[in-house]
Amino acid sequence: MKFLRKTLDGVKPNFEKGGKWEKMYFAFEAIETFLFAPNTTTAAKGVQVRDAVDLKRLMMTVIIAMVPCLLFGMWNIGHQHFLAIGQTGTLGEKFWIGIVQTLPIIVVSYGVGLGIEFVFATIRRHPVNEGFLVTGMLIPLVMPPDVPLWQVAVATAFAVVIGKEAFGGTGMNVVNIALTARAFLYFAYPTDISGEVWTYLGEGATAVAGYSGATPLAVAAAAAKGTQVVNEFNSFGSTWAPGIYSFQSLFLGTQPGSIGETSTLMCLIGALILIVTGTGSWKIIVGVFGGAYGMGLLLNILAGENAFMAMPAYYHLVIGGLAFGAVFMATDPVTAAQTETGKWYYGILIGMFTVLIRVFNPAYPEGIMLAILLMNVFAPLIDYFVVSANKTRRLKRATV
Amino acid sequence: MSTAVAEVVEKKSEPLFSKKNRKLVSNPLDIDNPITVQVLGICSALAVTTQMKPALVMAIALTVVTASSNVIISIMRNTIPSRIRIIVQLAVVSLWVILVDQLLKAYVYDVWKQLSVFVGLIITNCIVMGRLEAFAMGNKPFPSLLDGLGNGFGYGIILLIVAFFRELFGGGAIFGFKVFEAIGFHYKGNGLMLLPAGACIIVGVIIWVQRTLNGYRETH
Repeated sequence: MKFLRKTLDGVKPNFEKGGKWEKMYFAFEAIETFLFAPNTTTAAKGVQVRDAVDLKRLMMTVIIAMVPCLLFGMWNIGHQHFLAIGQTGTLGEKFWIGIVQTLPIIVVSYGVGLGIEFVFATIRRHPVNEGFLVTGMLIPLVMPPDVPLWQVAVATAFAVVIGKEAFGGTGMNVVNIALTARAFLYFAYPTDISGEVWTYLGEGATAVAGYSGATPLAVAAAAAKGTQVVNEFNSFGSTWAPGIYSFQSLFLGTQPGSIGETSTLMCLIGALILIVTGTGSWKIIVGVFGGAYGMGLLLNILAGENAFMAMPAYYHLVIGGLAFGAVFMATDPVTAAQTETGKWYYGILIGMFTVLIRVFNPAYPEGIMLAILLMNVFAPLIDYFVVSANKTRRLKRATV
Repeated sequence: MSTAVAEVVEKKSEPLFSKKNRKLVSNPLDIDNPITVQVLGICSALAVTTQMKPALVMAIALTVVTASSNVIISIMRNTIPSRIRIIVQLAVVSLWVILVDQLLKAYVYDVWKQLSVFVGLIITNCIVMGRLEAFAMGNKPFPSLLDGLGNGFGYGIILLIVAFFRELFGGGAIFGFKVFEAIGFHYKGNGLMLLPAGACIIVGVIIWVQRTLNGYRETH
């Protein structure tokens, strides 16, 4: 550590005012504050109400909440891999495959994203802030296990430049950045991020007889008229992985899917961490689950012959990425509604739209991404109505 | 209801390419661009820019229509009763649109098919109507011609920039020539660029770059 401190102090004058690399000061500062606690303190005459929670602490809490999803996702990649090729693997082997698949994606996501942050911070002369810490981890968690790395790089670059820096940087973005990256891939390279890409098979490996990579959403959407989706789920994969889409398995997350999104249980653990620490809004999380469940019930009543509409509503909560989106994407404090009442509307509408898109739009098998992006755009409008409703309510009882 | 920018008609004759007249052509290319600054004609800019060839033809068609209608309306400007001026303008514009449409059909049939309704829709293009109302109704024929050409070029240059990036990133080609394959690189087409959303994003980036270069600041 002393060596680092000495090196930093040695080159520091070059970056300060008048130094030869003056323009690079903020890039230097970012590295310095990353390695050492900054020695600048609030002036005695400054703000009197203080809290240890700053942006860095907030971001770290979210990352800690994501760790269960990440670890489970790594194991699940290996698990699905061995199921698909019809072999059995130990816990260690499964983890190892998952790490080999996941780590490069994380490295690429952070590398590209932070690189762009540094460039913009230098050009715009503002400190590099921690805005990308969470996004850089969210992006890998919503990618398929064997997505080409160059696509991760392009999507991250697009999301950071167009989704964030174009609007003014951290805290100014209109839509969720990690979902922007995913939506970019979804529309730019649809064949690599939709269909049966959710299981890592490995080079030259052949799948077992009867193998199908269809996700629960695809199975439900393809269910024929008059059949029961639940029966389809239970009989799916009976020759190579019996019970892979049973309700219990769907809830625990032993199903193919994006790296971090499969396990509803792990997402709920993450939600608990977010809610207990006060980082994420419980109203939004409950709203999303409630909205999806309510819409599912409504469709059950209207279902008739349509199998997907008749699927029990609680299944909607465990298939696809609804839980992950509700916990980590919808609660993003920048893009969500800011008013407390607005958060209810925001969450409930996300849940409702997710189910609507899933059931009625065959082009988009998973609705949570599009539903959150849509409501991100509408969040300011919701806030506007909540605020003006509050104004009229208070004006009514005002006696002037 | 008088015209919006009825400039004072000068008595003294000025040189053909005076500074003022040159500005009529150069301003729409940058600081007064019809697409990126006035935000007119966005619809066709999103629709015809998946490839460069139709974009170029569309740009030429619109330039011809704007310039010629500007001249005709400018010649007739003192005789048009102001209460029916819109319908007169429409009649003149539709004349030129039909001419251009037939010419395209006769000589570049494949491009005409690609452009489909958008040639016909030039008649409702805000740029054409906007220039007639804002400029040709109050100015002499020659400045009107320059103004029409300038706005046509301003529209065309944005169309070509957008189409360049959309065709390059979307299909890996420029004017149908496979650039990436020519240098021996396998390029995977970006589907987003072929969607209208891709054009919107590129127009947004152009506005971003343009405002940065011009030092634009929003005023409230």
